Amino acid sequence: MGRYVARRLLQMIPVFIGSTLLVFLMMYALPGDPVRALAGEQHVDPAQIAQIKADLGLDQPIWQQYLQYLGNLFQGDLGTQIGTKRPVADVIADAYPITVRLAIFAFIFTVVAGISLGIVAGLKAESLRDRSLLGLTLVLISMPSFVLGFLVQHLFAFQLGIAKPNVSLEPTNSELIMPAIVLASLSLAYVARLTRTSVAENIRADYMRTAVAKGLPRRRVIGVHLMRNSLIPVVTFLGTDIGALMGGAIVTEGIFNIKGVGQLVFEALGKREGATVVGIVTLLVIVYLVCSLLVDLLYAVLDPRIRYA
Amino acid sequence: MTTIDKTAHVPAPRESVSGDGPLLDVRDLHVEFHTRDGVAKAVNGVNYTVSAGETLAVLGESGSGKSVTAQTIMGILDMPPGKITQGEILFRGQDMLKMSNEERRKVRGRKIAMIFQDALSSLNPVLSVGYQLGEMFRVHQGMSRKDAKAKSIELMDQVKIPAAAARISDYPHQFSGGMRQRIMIAMALALEPDLIIADEPTTALDVTVQAQVMDLLAELQREYNMGLILITHDLGVVADVADKIAVMYAGRIVETAPVGELYSRPAHPYTKGLLDSIPRLDQKGQELYAIKGLPPNLTRIPAGCAFSPRCPKAQDICRTDVPPLAPVTEQDGLELVGRGSACHFWKETIHG
Repeated sequence: MGRYVARRLLQMIPVFIGSTLLVFLMMYALPGDPVRALAGEQHVDPAQIAQIKADLGLDQPIWQQYLQYLGNLFQGDLGTQIGTKRPVADVIADAYPITVRLAIFAFIFTVVAGISLGIVAGLKAESLRDRSLLGLTLVLISMPSFVLGFLVQHLFAFQLGIAKPNVSLEPTNSELIMPAIVLASLSLAYVARLTRTSVAENIRADYMRTAVAKGLPRRRVIGVHLMRNSLIPVVTFLGTDIGALMGGAIVTEGIFNIKGVGQLVFEALGKREGATVVGIVTLLVIVYLVCSLLVDLLYAVLDPRIRYA
Repeated sequence: MTTIDKTAHVPAPRESVSGDGPLLDVRDLHVEFHTRDGVAKAVNGVNYTVSAGETLAVLGESGSGKSVTAQTIMGILDMPPGKITQGEILFRGQDMLKMSNEERRKVRGRKIAMIFQDALSSLNPVLSVGYQLGEMFRVHQGMSRKDAKAKSIELMDQVKIPAAAARISDYPHQFSGGMRQRIMIAMALALEPDLIIADEPTTALDVTVQAQVMDLLAELQREYNMGLILITHDLGVVADVADKIAVMYAGRIVETAPVGELYSRPAHPYTKGLLDSIPRLDQKGQELYAIKGLPPNLTRIPAGCAFSPRCPKAQDICRTDVPPLAPVTEQDGLELVGRGSACHFWKETIHG
């Protein structure tokens, strides 16, 4: 187990370097210039721009810039935003808490609603309620989140008036519920389907028959014997899903005007703020890797047949 | 090997059943399955009884309805598609088919327990064997986790699993096939039920382990004076342990007999065919006998005797009239206790 964790942690190093390099190169390849973007429509002396670029180190070859960035990174310095002159670390620290809150809400919603719907449908496969769930989830899966987002916004904010269309700058928990539901809808549909299939399959297993033959109450047969087996694949999906949710949601945050990581990365891309984009992506890669490691370890806890050496 | 203080486990002799009736009395049971291809008549009027301390072996090939009968007794038949159309299952004189779900649940595991064929798939793969054994005590007797664990270790000792205390938190996949079947047996035995139904308990095991498991089962049965229904298609397995045998074919009992009698003088051509198809050392090199044809499709059971299309002795009457399970007698008319044959020509078969 210890060796397995160590190996997985070591594997993170190449993934980490590879992903930062990739994002770095992509930012470099993008047309546009962060320094010129500062000036907007105004005419600026090219010599001045060259001067600022030299100060920022942007005139150096790409590989030198990258090494410089990595070097700073290992000293805990994520760089500075060109436009605001604020340290990237501070900018991320400002935006991240709200994304985390949104992710937690969405995750809770995914787990509670997704698993419950999946169980309800899976216990009676091929029944009307099963088919309606499959239909509903199909709609959710095929609907882009901006369509759902605007629909929800239109219905609850403009028609019913029970919610505000946009969240405030320091959103309260209740304000985040609506965006969280929109954000969760896609994973909710997947979780519901996954649970449904897993439950419908396991309910016919021999050990379920044994559990009934033992004279256990139905509550226990379903709650312990069926669920412990059926939730294994669902937990795996949820693990990667929470990694993805933590990465912020550009579209959902955009619709509800939430100043989270998704918005931040979107704005930074527009302004060609390389350091900000690379910083955020790096952080998200780490979050994702840690989440998937935790899931893999949890997997072994849930299923004793799996052993890591 | 752990030594077991056997006397500690022997329960008080069971008080005789209300009246002197049998423990279990299955009467004219009919079960069918509604499938897309039509109605499959899996059980068509099965009658049998089991008394305390008695072993009934139910013999038959796949699809003969022996497992369905057992599942119906146990109340674990999938309904739908299964449907009990007729019959009674009296347990200690009470019809279980008329009980509420909750009453039946309380009988399951506590009064009637079942041992399944494939212990690997029949045990929950993600729960430790200690948990699965202890569950019996915790659910039915409200025991604490700790006490249930102690009882589980005791049980595992009793079914002769070495180092029981050390293996209590192991999972089913960490045990060998024979040990897993012992765990199944221990689980069935946990609450000292009156009746155990063993559905092909040794089919998934290799021959030496088969013998061990059967011996263990027989020993425990004697010790607890339980009734035992042993479902099998293996004629060798039943010879040693069974008291009486019921041979099933296409959802009907075609022959009943005390165990020795059946082997020496079968009274039904099907039984005779089964016995002749056992490989024998003294007939080495000769072609092995096989019953021709296949068991009937249960959605289209032939008219008359279901075995008639495969029967070497079939006459016209066999294809029109269903033979009842008639008592079998000696040539001089002397009654043979417990013998019956559902063949129009049982006299010719047994005496001919």
